[in-house]
Amino acid sequence: MSALAEAAPAPEASTAPGPVTMAAALNRALRDAMAEDDRVVVYGEDVGPLGGVFRVTDGLQAEFGDERIWDSPLAESGIVGTAVGMAMYGLRPVVEMQFDAFSYPAFEQIVSHVAKMRNRTKGRLQLPMVIRIPCAGAIGGVEHHSDSSEAYWTATPGLTVVTPSNPADAYSMLREAIASDDPVVFMEPKSRYWAKAELALPVTTAPMDRALVLREGTDVTLLAYGPTVKTALDAADAAASEDLSIEVIDLRSLSPFDDETVSASVRKTSRAAVIHEAAQFGGYGAEVAARVTERNFHWLAEPVLRIAGFDIPYPSPKLESFHLPTADRVLHALAGWNWDLA
Amino acid sequence: MSLNVELPPTRTLPPEKPLRLLDNAGHAVTGRDTGGFALPDLATLVELYRRMVIARRFDVQVTALTRQGRLATYPSALGQEACEIGAVSALDADDWLFPTYRESVALLTRGIDPAEILVSFRGDWHNGYDQRAHRTAAQATPLATQALHAVGLGHAARLRHDPIATLAFLGDGATSEGDAHEAFNFAAVWQTPTVFLVQNNQYAISVPLSRQTHARTLADKAVGYGMPGYHVDGNDVAAVYAVTRAAVERARAGLGPTFIEGVTYRVESHTNSDDPTRYRQQREVEHWKRRDPIERLEKYLVSEGALGDALREEITEAAEALAARTRAAMSAEAEISPLELFDHVYASPRRQLAEQRERLAAELAAELEPSGAER
Repeated sequence: MSALAEAAPAPEASTAPGPVTMAAALNRALRDAMAEDDRVVVYGEDVGPLGGVFRVTDGLQAEFGDERIWDSPLAESGIVGTAVGMAMYGLRPVVEMQFDAFSYPAFEQIVSHVAKMRNRTKGRLQLPMVIRIPCAGAIGGVEHHSDSSEAYWTATPGLTVVTPSNPADAYSMLREAIASDDPVVFMEPKSRYWAKAELALPVTTAPMDRALVLREGTDVTLLAYGPTVKTALDAADAAASEDLSIEVIDLRSLSPFDDETVSASVRKTSRAAVIHEAAQFGGYGAEVAARVTERNFHWLAEPVLRIAGFDIPYPSPKLESFHLPTADRVLHALAGWNWDLA
Repeated sequence: MSLNVELPPTRTLPPEKPLRLLDNAGHAVTGRDTGGFALPDLATLVELYRRMVIARRFDVQVTALTRQGRLATYPSALGQEACEIGAVSALDADDWLFPTYRESVALLTRGIDPAEILVSFRGDWHNGYDQRAHRTAAQATPLATQALHAVGLGHAARLRHDPIATLAFLGDGATSEGDAHEAFNFAAVWQTPTVFLVQNNQYAISVPLSRQTHARTLADKAVGYGMPGYHVDGNDVAAVYAVTRAAVERARAGLGPTFIEGVTYRVESHTNSDDPTRYRQQREVEHWKRRDPIERLEKYLVSEGALGDALREEITEAAEALAARTRAAMSAEAEISPLELFDHVYASPRRQLAEQRERLAAELAAELEPSGAER
């Protein structure tokens, strides 16, 4: 293992500000992490010469060679299970699940080993690994390409679950996830891969376990993450013209949950709603609503709302727009509160 | 069949008759049944005998302690000592071992303290030994999952140019699991330094091998993955040791993975809570008891003049001393700390767990208050 200690940090050349997509920011984060630390290895399905089906690993094999980034056999449990062994040996594997619903074959490895290894060995074996999962819908994907499976992971103690909503966070949070000694499920909203932001890389944003207030408001707190952050911001824009002041919080970290930031906002606005694409019943929003209510009941004027996908399997491309929460649906839901008491 | 003899082992099915170096009467085997493997030297065989006798005594002792209620459960490996001790003895100190819950005697042979081996079965914690110090993963319960860890760790070592091998134990039932197939395939594609030791002990709890596979032997599967497969008499410790040692050396030399099926028998029940009379005949058990791995080697060593009364006595004393140490350890009060429940889940501290830890601490403090306190 002596070779590990000799890895010298590579200088991070910063780029001039310019338009950067989330996919490009993730690509750069992987590249910088690989350059800085030779324990970082990347593998999965089609991540090599193809550069990933979303091109997040574009060019990395040419730069680092196939001992640092390679195409594995097509078997997700095998991908995650072998990453467990690599992390035990001191590497920092970053594996890609290609699509949310294709992570399910790895469920047992993630739940029974990735999440539990540190605890069952009393911290003697920790697993510094990242499981990247392109997630959620709104990309016209056929069946099994648009699931929002975050609640499976957040219901599992031992996992850290984060999801960026923009290119700057995508870079900074992926770097932090790779540097973490805990295993991280890193959920990448597919519908935001090609959204651009003016950005110079590298960039360091808030720590990945913190929620961020993206837009301040006084009447309502909208809690969103991943793909629904844009929905919340759109709703806030539209509401402003109707004299409704919406505060938008990007949760960023689903586990752990940043109670401090969320409670401070809710106590200010006294109304809160959580937005996600996943089905409502038993979804992550249920935990958010319960948690916010338990901690802030006496500050709340209305029950915490969940604005979520219907309790149905994810629809086919021509029907998905009816399923996904939109800014209109958010505003309609907020209108259902009794505002006379305000 | 003779047409295939000259082909490399990755291209041929193993002989249906298991490879063996000592027959059940304790005679050295010669010819084709040896698969070309040589009988280990006498000193090695004596050491394997010593380890098996001590392992048997340990296993019987722990089963007894479990019946007395000292342990929550215990999966015995009685009758499987040749596989467990033979394979682990073939490892070097820097190789990594990936055991299942049935490998207690393999762990003993690896040099792990009895009290630490039994932590999980007593219920003190999920695992009790230092995995890094012993280069031995925590006992895996979900079947075949650990085989992928062995492949991954072996691949990592290879990427770092560390010439080590990894040994994964699996059972016959585990070969039906998807993770077993993924592990075999990843190991072969990546040419990882992994040895898969499948202990075919004939039963997955109550389900016989005939309901797990339609293959002629489990070792047949190796051919499909493009790796050597050996069908070995799993009650012949000389054969298990020799074949595993060759596989470990292949692995350490960068020549890729090997699949070994050891044909053996689970003489005891699955665990103490199992009732094998519901699914197998006593005469089958008696049949296998007559193929005892320890008696077989003993006959050979006696015939070679390598096992005299003095050595026998010395080994018995060592076995009894270990049994006494195990009894003492299991009689001692377990050291459990409820607040430790929160301490190892994450490397990065979590406020959420800190809050819950405080709640439990308050509950514990309240329980300690003198009786008569308000409830």
